[in-house]
Amino acid sequence: MWIELLGWLGQPDYWVAVLRIATPLIFGTLGVLLCERAGVLNLGIEGIMVIGAFTGWLAVHAGAGLWTGVLIAALCGAAFGALHALLTVLLGLSQHVSGLGVTLLGISLSSYAYRLSFPQVSTPPTIVPFAPMDGLGIPVLAQQTPLTLLALLAVPLLAYLLQRTPLGLALRMVGESPASAEGQGLSVLGLRCGAVIAGSALMGVAGSFLTLSAFNAFYFNMVNGRGWICVALVVFAGWRPGKALLGALLFAFCDTLQLRLQQGGHAAVPYQVYLMLPYLLSILALVVMARRAQYPQALMQPYRRGER
Amino acid sequence: MTATGAPVLRLRGIGKRFGPVIANADISLELARGEVLALLGENGAGKSTLVSILFGHYRADSGSIEAFGQPLPPGDPAAALAAGIGMVHQHFTLADNLTVLENILIGTEPLWQPFSRRRAALARIHDTAARFGLAVDPAARVARLSVGEKQRVEILKALYRGARVLILDEPTAVLTPQESSALFATLKELVAEGLSIIFISHKLDEVLAVSDRVAVLRGGRLVAERAVAETSKAELATLMVGREVKLPQRALSVPGPLRLRLRGVRVDGHGAQPRLDGVDLEVHGGEIVAIAGVSGNGQAALAELLCGLCAASAGRVELDGRPLPADPAALLALGVGRIPEDRTGIGTIGDLPVWQNAILERWRSPRFSRWGLLRRGAARAFTQQLVAAGDVRLGSIEQPARGLSGGNLQKLVLGRALDGEPGLIIAQQPSWGLDIGAVAAVHERLLAARARGAALLLISEDLDEVFALADRIAVMSHGQLGPARPGAEWTLASLGLAMAGARHDAA
Repeated sequence: MWIELLGWLGQPDYWVAVLRIATPLIFGTLGVLLCERAGVLNLGIEGIMVIGAFTGWLAVHAGAGLWTGVLIAALCGAAFGALHALLTVLLGLSQHVSGLGVTLLGISLSSYAYRLSFPQVSTPPTIVPFAPMDGLGIPVLAQQTPLTLLALLAVPLLAYLLQRTPLGLALRMVGESPASAEGQGLSVLGLRCGAVIAGSALMGVAGSFLTLSAFNAFYFNMVNGRGWICVALVVFAGWRPGKALLGALLFAFCDTLQLRLQQGGHAAVPYQVYLMLPYLLSILALVVMARRAQYPQALMQPYRRGER
Repeated sequence: MTATGAPVLRLRGIGKRFGPVIANADISLELARGEVLALLGENGAGKSTLVSILFGHYRADSGSIEAFGQPLPPGDPAAALAAGIGMVHQHFTLADNLTVLENILIGTEPLWQPFSRRRAALARIHDTAARFGLAVDPAARVARLSVGEKQRVEILKALYRGARVLILDEPTAVLTPQESSALFATLKELVAEGLSIIFISHKLDEVLAVSDRVAVLRGGRLVAERAVAETSKAELATLMVGREVKLPQRALSVPGPLRLRLRGVRVDGHGAQPRLDGVDLEVHGGEIVAIAGVSGNGQAALAELLCGLCAASAGRVELDGRPLPADPAALLALGVGRIPEDRTGIGTIGDLPVWQNAILERWRSPRFSRWGLLRRGAARAFTQQLVAAGDVRLGSIEQPARGLSGGNLQKLVLGRALDGEPGLIIAQQPSWGLDIGAVAAVHERLLAARARGAALLLISEDLDEVFALADRIAVMSHGQLGPARPGAEWTLASLGLAMAGARHDAA
C-alpha cells in the first residue's frame, strides 16, 4: 500500500486533483478570513457558496459568458453578505444565529429557484465550463482553469492588503480593538460591512468554481460542507492568508488521497472510513494549531458607538 | 516651567447635561503654553465629561472651545486631533495583537493609499522617542509590553500625530511608583518643549508634584483654581469634597491568635509558570496584612484560593488550624468574608434586584429559605437593615443592582461580607475606583472589623491604601510572596523596588 501511495504522489494527475479540490477552499477561506479579521464571524459561507454555485451556473446557462457568471456569483454572494452585515454589524445581532440563518436561506432559496427554473428535468442541464490553461506551459497548473490561478494570486494579494496597506491595518484594528479605530476617526461599522460584503463575494466565487470549473452542472448538496471546512481552515491558519493556502492544500491532499484509496478498492476497510479521513485529519491539525492561535480580539463582539 | 503668551486652549461656559444629571455647568478654563494643569475632583465631579467634550467625544450643550486661537468644532475627535489635542485614556486604546508601530500608524495615512510608508514612520517614531525619553520597541507586539510601556506608546501615538496639548486621564492609576516617576520625568520634558498638559487625577500628592496649576471640579462646577505654590493638600482635599474629610485613624491593636496560615502554597496555571509558588503567609486576628504588587503577579490566584475558587496544587492552607476547603459554600460557613475585586462582575449580579444580591451568600440558610422557597420578607428586612447600616444610597431595594453607583455597590458588598462578623476577611482592591468619601467609609468599616478581632488580608495595588490600613505589608511579584514586614519598615521606594521584582532581601 505504501509503495502504491508513493506511486500516486509521483503522478502529476494526483497534484492536479489536489489543486482542483483546493481552489474553492482557497477562495472560501480567504473570504472567511477577511470577515473575521474585521471581527465578524460569517457562518453564512455554506449558503453563500451554494448561492454562488447556483447563480453563476444559471447565468451561464442563460447565455452569459463564463466570467460574467463568476461576476454574478460574486455579486449575489456580496448581496447575502450585505444581509449578514446588516444583521450583525448594523443591528448588532448574534453572529452565529445570523450566519446560520443566511446559510439556510441561501441553500433553500437556491433549491427553490432551481426547481422553479427547471421543473421537469431528470438529468441536470449542463454548460460548457472553463477550459484548462493549456498554453501556460507550467506542469500541473496548465491543467487547471483560470479560476485556480486567480485563487492562487488572491492569496498574496490579500496578505499584502492586510499587512502592508493602511486599509488592511484599519480592517485588522477594527477586528482587534474597534474603540481604538473609532478614536482615530475610522468608521468601524463601514469597515466591518465592507469586509463582510467583500469576503462574501469571495465565497460566492468559491461556489461558482464548483459549477463553472470543477463540474458543469448544478446539483443539490454539491457544496457539501466545504463552507464549514473553510471556517475551520481559518482557525487552522491563525488568520494568515499564506497559512490558509497551506491548510487548503493540506485538506485537498487528504481528500485526493481518500478518493484514490476508495478507487484502489482496499475492501478490507469500508469506504466511509476513507471519506472521514480528511475531516479527521483536519480536526487533528486544528487541535495542534489552534491552541496557539491569536484570535482577533473583537471577533464576534458587536460594536455600538458611544459604548465602552 | 513658566507659562507664557496667549492661552493654547480656552474653554468658555461649557455646560452638559445627561438627562436630569448636570455633568458640567458653566466651566471656563484656560491653558497656557508649557503649563501642566491638574483637573482635580472626585468620581462624578465632571472631569471625564469635560475632557470628553474637549476631545470631541461628546458635544457640549452650551459654551465654546478655542484651540490656538481658532474655534474648535464640537463633537469631532478628528478635528481635535487635527488641532493638536492628544488624549491618553485611562483604559488604553491599543490593540494587543498588533505591533507598536501599527498601533501608532493607524489612522495616520489615507485609507485607500495602496502602500504604507513604514520606514519613514519608524524614523519619525525613533526621533520622537529619543527626544522625550520614551523608549519602546516599535516592532514589539503590544500584548508583550508592560503597563508603563503601553502608556508610553499612547503618549508616543499622540505626539506622532503632532499633539501640542496632551490630556492624560488618571495616568498613574495603573503604574508602579517608579513608572510614575518616569512618567513625570517625561511630562517635564514635554513641557520644556512647549507642550501643554491637562492632568486628571484624584491623588493629591501627585497633583502637587507635577502640576503648575490646579482646577478643582465638584458636582460639575469649577469650584476653585489655585497655583500649586499657593495651596496645600488639606485645602485641595476640602475643596474637592466640599467638606472637611476625616481620614479614619488606625488605632493600635494587639494581634490575636493565628487565624490564616499558608505554607509553601503553589497554584498551577495553564502555562508552565505556576500562578503562585512557595507562598508562606500568616495572618492573626486583629491585624491587617496587605499584599502589595503590580496587578497580574499572582494576586488573583491568591484571592481565588482564599475565596474557595481554586485549590492549591501543593502546600497547606489552614484556617484556625484546619485545612481550608476549596469550596465557596463551605468557606462561607466557616465565617470567611469576601470582598472581590470585580464588584460588578463577580461581586453582584447586575440584573437582579438589590435585595437578592444582598442575600447571595446566604440564601440557602434557614434564615432566608424554607422548604425550598425564598423567605422574601426576611430577605427584604435584612436588606433594609444592611442598607441603613451601611449608608447605601439607592432608590429602592427592588431596583437592579446595576443601577447603583460604584461606591454604593461597594457599600452593599461590604455590608454583605461583614454581616455575621466573619473571623477572616479577604478584601481585594476594596476601594478601587471609589472617591475619597466612599474610600473613607470602606476603610472605616475594615478598621472596625480589625478592632473587633477579625483577621484581614488586604490585596491592593493602591499603595496609599496599603500604607493607610496595613499592620504588615508583603509584596507579591511573579507569583512569589516576600516576607510580611511591619508597615513602618517600608518606604514607597523600597515597596516600589520590591514590586518591580527586585529580590525582597535587597529592598
